[in-house]
Amino acid sequence: MTPPLVDSATVQPVALPRARVAPLGLRALGRGLLRVTESRAATIGLVIVLLWVLAALLAPVLSPYPPNANDFGAVASPTPSRAHWLGTDHLGRDILARILWGARTVLTVAPLAVLGATLLGALVGLSAGYYRGWVDLVLSRAGDIILTFPVIILYMIVLAAFGSSAGNIIAVLTLTKAPIIARIVRGLTLELREREYVAAAKMRGESGLYIMVAEILPNARGPLLVDMCLRMGYTIVLIGVLGFLGIGLPPPDPDWGGMVKDTYGMMSVWPHMSLYPCAAISSLVIGFNLLAVGLREIALRD
Amino acid sequence: MARFCLKHLLALTITLAVVSFLVFALNEFSPGDVARKILGAYATQEQVAHLTQEMGLDRPVIVRYVEYLGKVAAGDLGFSTRFKVPVREIIWDRLRNTLVLAAIAFALIVPVSMVLGVLAGMREGSWLDRAILVFSTVSASVPEFAMGVFLASIFVVGLGWLPGTATLVAGGGWSVASQFVLPVAVIVLYDAGYVVSMIRASMVEVMQRPYIRTAVLKGMAFRWVVLGHALRNAMINPVTVICLQISYLISGVVVVETVFAYPGFGRMMLEAALFKDIALIEAGALVAVGVAISTQILGDLAYMLLDPRIRA
Repeated sequence: MTPPLVDSATVQPVALPRARVAPLGLRALGRGLLRVTESRAATIGLVIVLLWVLAALLAPVLSPYPPNANDFGAVASPTPSRAHWLGTDHLGRDILARILWGARTVLTVAPLAVLGATLLGALVGLSAGYYRGWVDLVLSRAGDIILTFPVIILYMIVLAAFGSSAGNIIAVLTLTKAPIIARIVRGLTLELREREYVAAAKMRGESGLYIMVAEILPNARGPLLVDMCLRMGYTIVLIGVLGFLGIGLPPPDPDWGGMVKDTYGMMSVWPHMSLYPCAAISSLVIGFNLLAVGLREIALRD
Repeated sequence: MARFCLKHLLALTITLAVVSFLVFALNEFSPGDVARKILGAYATQEQVAHLTQEMGLDRPVIVRYVEYLGKVAAGDLGFSTRFKVPVREIIWDRLRNTLVLAAIAFALIVPVSMVLGVLAGMREGSWLDRAILVFSTVSASVPEFAMGVFLASIFVVGLGWLPGTATLVAGGGWSVASQFVLPVAVIVLYDAGYVVSMIRASMVEVMQRPYIRTAVLKGMAFRWVVLGHALRNAMINPVTVICLQISYLISGVVVVETVFAYPGFGRMMLEAALFKDIALIEAGALVAVGVAISTQILGDLAYMLLDPRIRA
């Protein structure tokens, strides 16, 4: 990745080195997927994640009933049957349908939150690392203060004050996760800003924003990608936890954590009501974390 | 040393001030006024007006914030509208309960994850390493409430060996000690998974250093290379992570507390948040942040003791 060393005294203006950035496109994506298969952990993780993505996309086709439809005939014996493969919950709602539709919810909210946090964190980290000085000091201190706050307590306070909706959850997750990403990006930027291609861009007279986004950011994408996978796992857990605590997405739309919250009190009688959603969320998080572990392995091998 | 303490105490005070003001302001600027939040949607306008006047809510935020700080400094944390007692009568009890739970869990997490992390990291890529890596990844992936449900369905519903709740009141034939088993198990499984992977990564890195290769090549027994040479250096980075777990344990156990109906600090905060019990939320946030920063300082101290290079 390191560009050839250039002596700044002898360099010709036309020969200024540029950052080497792999082209983004279908072929790059294909090559990326091929590389994932180099690690068994990453392959298993990717398969699990893709299965859930497929389930979420096809939820309207796959799910046997609407997620909020009550089958009151099934309330008396809600255990798995031929009509309801995974049984129904205490309100006679089909658990398979709710899990499939719940995958839609979680796979919409979590990526949006991770994307938001990564964008905000990358911007803050780039600015802090590139400009250094007081910009760095102010941004890093602000991040530190957010990070010292116990996350769950912060969610409770914010979501209790503003009410919980998908938008609020994404906003809070973005704000609280951005400092961690900012810290990673800042570290990478401090190192990358000393590279020749950055000096070259400066000499060409590029703006600070251009250098940060077009020269430094693409070269920091490896660690960011691994972190995004890990972050997806954590975010899905957090969304589940918020749902479980009753401060997550508002009912009645299915959300895995909320499904457990509604039914775990009946575990001694009908354990299936909470076991299936728990298995769903666990498998999805395991998928993302295996993917992250595997990607890191592949990255270290280079 | 004195400079270290002074610097951190200053940082602690500043952060506490910022956080207390943010929480104060958050309750202030969120939709609806404070008195309405306390009384709920069905209170009449007169009741709201009365409470607003009684609590002095019609005065500027800054004035009330300074007044609040004065009261806190004097030990008066306000009145909990949810539990109908002064905040200080409930908050320390709940904090103590959570500390007990966290202490037991922490006492298990540290040795377990040290042993597993070092075993995995000392020979990277061995079958033992793979097994521990997969185990720690999986156990750190399962959310605590899901782990609680899984364990409870096996040991409470299936086998009937353990109680499903931990109310700290001996009853139904279950001792208080037996009530701790499942909550602690859930916390340890979830948290140790994370700490193991940190220690493993650090150990892998240390084992690649030249001085380890020298020790191996001069014929030193592998066990002594690990215990005598690698261990101390491998613990430098994870020790801050381990100290951060204390903070996580204080507030993060809210999920476990909710699953097992444990009367702890996190569940108190959850109830306070759900019932808009503002005095309790503010006091709880201060306590939580105070604990978080103290453990950070503790982590920095431990880091200094382990790594002589950064001793100032």
